[in-house]
Amino acid sequence: MSAVTAPFPETQGLPDRGKVGMAGLIIAESAIFTIFVVAYLFYVGKSLSGPTPREVLETPIFFTICLLSSSFTIHFAVKSLQRGEQTTFLSLWVATIILGGLFLFGTGQEWHRLIYERGLTISTNLFGTTYYSLVGLHAFHVTAGLVMLGIVAILALAGRVGADQSRRVDVLSMYWHFVDAVWVVVFTVVYILGR
Amino acid sequence: MSANAMVIPSAQVVDRTWIEILHQWLTTVDHKKLGILYIVYALFFLVVGGVEAVIIRVQLMHSHSTFVSPQVFNRMFTMHGTTMIFFVAMPVLFGFANYLVPLMIGARDMAFPRLNAFSFWLSALGGLLLYFSFVGANGLYGAGNAPDVGWWAYAPLGARAFSPGHSSDYWTLALLVSGFGSIGTGINLIATILCLRCPGMKLGRMPLLAWLNLVMAGMVLITLTPLSAAQIMLLVDRYLGGHFFDTQAGGSAVLWMHFFWIFGHPEVYILIIPCFAFVSEIIPVFSRKPIFGYPVMVAATVCIAFVSMSVWAHHMFTVGMSSYANTFFTITTMAIGVPTGIKIFNWLGTMWGGRIQFKTPMLFCIAFLFQFLIAGLTGIMLACSPFDWQLSLSYFVVAHFHYVIVGGILFALFGAFYYWYPKITGRMLSETLGKWHFWLFLIGFHLTFDTMHIPGLLGMPRRIYTYEPGRGWDALNLIISIGAFIQGIAIVIFVLNLIASYWNGVKAGNDPWDAWTLEWSVSSPPPEYNFASVPTVASRRPLWDLKHPEDPDSRYE
Repeated sequence: MSAVTAPFPETQGLPDRGKVGMAGLIIAESAIFTIFVVAYLFYVGKSLSGPTPREVLETPIFFTICLLSSSFTIHFAVKSLQRGEQTTFLSLWVATIILGGLFLFGTGQEWHRLIYERGLTISTNLFGTTYYSLVGLHAFHVTAGLVMLGIVAILALAGRVGADQSRRVDVLSMYWHFVDAVWVVVFTVVYILGR
Repeated sequence: MSANAMVIPSAQVVDRTWIEILHQWLTTVDHKKLGILYIVYALFFLVVGGVEAVIIRVQLMHSHSTFVSPQVFNRMFTMHGTTMIFFVAMPVLFGFANYLVPLMIGARDMAFPRLNAFSFWLSALGGLLLYFSFVGANGLYGAGNAPDVGWWAYAPLGARAFSPGHSSDYWTLALLVSGFGSIGTGINLIATILCLRCPGMKLGRMPLLAWLNLVMAGMVLITLTPLSAAQIMLLVDRYLGGHFFDTQAGGSAVLWMHFFWIFGHPEVYILIIPCFAFVSEIIPVFSRKPIFGYPVMVAATVCIAFVSMSVWAHHMFTVGMSSYANTFFTITTMAIGVPTGIKIFNWLGTMWGGRIQFKTPMLFCIAFLFQFLIAGLTGIMLACSPFDWQLSLSYFVVAHFHYVIVGGILFALFGAFYYWYPKITGRMLSETLGKWHFWLFLIGFHLTFDTMHIPGLLGMPRRIYTYEPGRGWDALNLIISIGAFIQGIAIVIFVLNLIASYWNGVKAGNDPWDAWTLEWSVSSPPPEYNFASVPTVASRRPLWDLKHPEDPDSRYE
């Protein structure tokens, strides 16, 4: 029996609540994405009118490489923060944001091309409905991630993010890894299986 | 282990004005206050949903009744179902989980107190949105109407063409918003139980209530989210011209049914597992024996959670699935009866040879055992797809699931109210009124729901607003309605008991039931910080160890 003053005594090797909470969020989000992926696969080839994925989709290889490599930059950013190297952390963190921003730009470019050149909108056919919903849901998660990464970057520029914050930053990086992993699934489903 | 509460100097206790008290409740992040908010909010909607049920029963009391119009009848059964599931059962169970889990595992609060408050207010907003549809659903065009497409809103009924105005939008948004609140609570419960247990509280020593709520929270994350996803798709269809469930553009109405029931069936287990938790805490205390088969109870719960995710299409036997799908879902549905049966035997094993005290909480739990068994048996009947082809969408199904939800979930909940009310308020609920409540509700319940099976077998479909005389349904429907009124009277007694006992009840003291879990070691109501010093436990019944140092449980576990 011991008197503990901290509101949340971290007792005898129990897991970190931030990580467990984020893992819970990731499980819940995975279920949401699963339903959208199932709907996408269920409706492949069921559109009653064009355009079809084969006609209009172009595989976004460069932007996919950008997003996937941002997982490496954020991983090493967190590692360097844990070692207390704040400058390395900040540069890697900003690199992550740039790579994520590039990916989002790529999505925007593709949507612009599809809407204005190919005439595919969310209400054109089943492909349009499922494509914009699934890719849009992912892009929404990238955007939310970028906002959170941006807040950390601003705080880091103000010198408020030190090694003592590395656990929180690590929790945020879990979310970013999840967003990247979801893209692997979405990419496979939309650009490989769905064509 | 320590049971001494911190002594507060009297100078710190100040009288507050009502506006300060209101401010305190609106801005609170304390798990106990949020738990009470959840429970009071759910009780309010219990009365609202109950009034809707009574309107349904008055309409069906005799043939060719014109008490309400067909349109109003559709709104009533839609709102009754939606309200009772999403704004009564879910919040009241979350309320108890919020209140009890940290106290039972020796924590000072939930893992994320602000997320906790956020989740509650999201749920509250959801209920408000749903009921705002009564006035706002037609926008500026005139008087509103409530959602009327049934609680599962089968496609294409939810589409713009068949559900004009905004009533279905309010329904969708209400469920989406409260769903996000539920996901927040699920995450919070898991993080609390995994990360904030007091020293010595290994997973194998946790009270079953904490274990079962952990399983329930995991199910919330996996099975409530498909509903959120489907609601997003419905919004895309309704607002952006999408075609997810638009059969004219190649969309599938059956896909909506799958998505809805992938949520809908596990939802029943999300609701019943916390009720198993209440029963698993109450029966041992009033049988004066530790729970029989603790590890098996945990294993059976986890097993139920897994199997419950592969049974959903037994709601869809009449859709015309392949015979392989029908066989699969028949087998899985029957299989889920096995772990559930194990639980019932364990509760009986706990009572066997015990010195049973027939206090009100125990009475409700014993009734729960019998009624949940019968509900399970009619469930097995409906699991046979050929039987289901005959009786799906009949009053037999309505009787079956009300037997689960009222006879199982609500009875266990009433038991929980009588058991933990002294802890929450510091006063005992009146035993006399409690016995009246119990017996009246029991009689009303059986009058209504035992009888309701028969018109179902005679072919009375659900959701009809009236029927022809002379089909043998008239007298049965009258009996069902009389039973509903008796249940209504019992609920009034219950609410009066809750209110009257708050001021006039006998002072409870810390541990009125001579119980064994940590929440009874602190004062009633517990102080804001729960435990003055964090307790250390050495067995599943820490208070037993404290009261019987000569023969502690820790010696045997």
